[in-house]
Amino acid sequence: MHITKDLVAASATPLVLGILAEGESYGYAILKQVNELSGGHLEWTDGLLYPLLHRLERLGHVEATWQTPAEGRRRKYYRITDQGLKELAEQRRQWAAVVDTLRGVWNAGASLRPIPAPAWGVTG
Amino acid sequence: MTVDSNNDLEKQIAEWRAYMRRRRELHQPDAEELEDHLRDRIAELTAAGLHSDEAFLIAVKRMGSLDELSREFAREHSERLWKQLVLTGDGDGTPTSRTRRELPTMIAFAVGAAVAFKVPVLFGVDFTDDNNGGFYLRNFGLFALAPLAAYFAWRRRVSTGVIGVLVALFALGAVAANAYPMAMDTQTIVLTMIHLPIALWLVVGVAYTGGEWRSDRRRMDFIRFTGEWFIYFVLIALGGGVLTAFTVGTFSAIGLNAETFVGQWLVPCGAMAGVVVAAWLVEAKQSVVENMAPVLTRVFTPLFTVTLLVLLGAIIWTSNGIDVERDVLIIFDLLLVVVLGLLLYAISARDPAAKPGVFDKLQLALVVTALVIDVLVLAAITGRITEFGFTANKTAALGENLVLLANLSWSAWLFLGFVRGRLPFGKMEHWQTRYLVVYAAWAWIVVLAFPPLFDFA
Repeated sequence: MHITKDLVAASATPLVLGILAEGESYGYAILKQVNELSGGHLEWTDGLLYPLLHRLERLGHVEATWQTPAEGRRRKYYRITDQGLKELAEQRRQWAAVVDTLRGVWNAGASLRPIPAPAWGVTG
Repeated sequence: MTVDSNNDLEKQIAEWRAYMRRRRELHQPDAEELEDHLRDRIAELTAAGLHSDEAFLIAVKRMGSLDELSREFAREHSERLWKQLVLTGDGDGTPTSRTRRELPTMIAFAVGAAVAFKVPVLFGVDFTDDNNGGFYLRNFGLFALAPLAAYFAWRRRVSTGVIGVLVALFALGAVAANAYPMAMDTQTIVLTMIHLPIALWLVVGVAYTGGEWRSDRRRMDFIRFTGEWFIYFVLIALGGGVLTAFTVGTFSAIGLNAETFVGQWLVPCGAMAGVVVAAWLVEAKQSVVENMAPVLTRVFTPLFTVTLLVLLGAIIWTSNGIDVERDVLIIFDLLLVVVLGLLLYAISARDPAAKPGVFDKLQLALVVTALVIDVLVLAAITGRITEFGFTANKTAALGENLVLLANLSWSAWLFLGFVRGRLPFGKMEHWQTRYLVVYAAWAWIVVLAFPPLFDFA
């Protein structure tokens, strides 16, 4: 299944913030996690994750630090901030609304859909 | 994995790194971060049984095209090289043919601007004639900025919707400047003369951003552009002054009087063309010159901070308050505008991710001092208004000081938070770029509402 570019772009921020809410991480690990969580359906171009991470850093949603483990390379780790957690909560609310709406539409099915009410005397 | 293939891989990665380093959009830490990612990907693929060269190819491919990647980095870090961005319209297109057309088109717009300024003469409105002076005073901003907006509309290939917005706003400006019955010696016409160009400059901003005027980054680019444009325009004006002096001097040496030509053609038409040429220079220069506005900001921020502190000390020492003379108040207003400019250009050139440093503390001191001075100025203006009543000038001054006060106080608050490590720098950027709307609104209010409000006096 191919997921369109728009959807990938729209879901990128909540996904990254959501993953970072679990604990600090770095680019490659975040990407792997997205891939696993989506069962391989959400395929990001690897490099494009970084401009997004930098944007979140500039906005103050995440903080970044360079760390050098005992054995291994210097690596840039990202950690979510309090502000980022608030942003995540806000995005969750918005996505929940979208998902609920879609579910409502799809569960109703074509035959069950209410007939459009006349333009007068509409309540609610 | 053999030693050989390992060497090969290192060589390939080194080549990739060198290739990446040629991109000015990517700074060293970004390149490092991406390389780390590349190595992780290669390690995973080789662990899955691929040869290192295959793994390298796949990893590079998965990273995405370097063009696209650079463009995304440029979008995010536009402070790094905003001047070279080719974020016009669709972004790719046919850059070479457009570059070739760029110079002639710019010249066409500049000539158009110069000629348009002389068109009213055909209808007997000559600006050297004192009776008609008002026409040019009112319409000065329109003449200077409409060609500039048109130039950017062409350059950015803006949509018809944006063109509609631009045309509508310029038409509104034209109506406001010409439909009101304001006499030459009124305060309202002077206020229109000052505020219409400001209002229209922000309309040029809509064209500059190519319709993406809601984006913080594009607005910040426009602020950067404004500073650079101003510097280029001043340089062109200086050059023009030299040219003028030579023209007058050499022609008078051979017994010809060139002053009419200079006064009626060279200076006004040159100034109009200069507006477009300066804009083109800002866009076209290829890192030949570093951005000047931030450099000047660095030099003058400490000097202005010291001056303001001394001034404030003197006011307190002499306990004079600010003299309520009109000219003095204007100087203080201009001073506050300069402080705001220093603040804006320091912000525009700052790496948003950098930690707060000494310069930021200096900036905070500057803002706080300016804030105190603004309060003193406001007290003086309020004093004048209670004494002499509201006039167009005083009301405009009051409004401007309140607009500045709001900006400076919130800036001070954000700066304090930033210096103490509580707030990210992005907040400050966001605040300043959003605030452009307030300037635009205020300038339009003065242009549109003040003349009827004060009976065109």
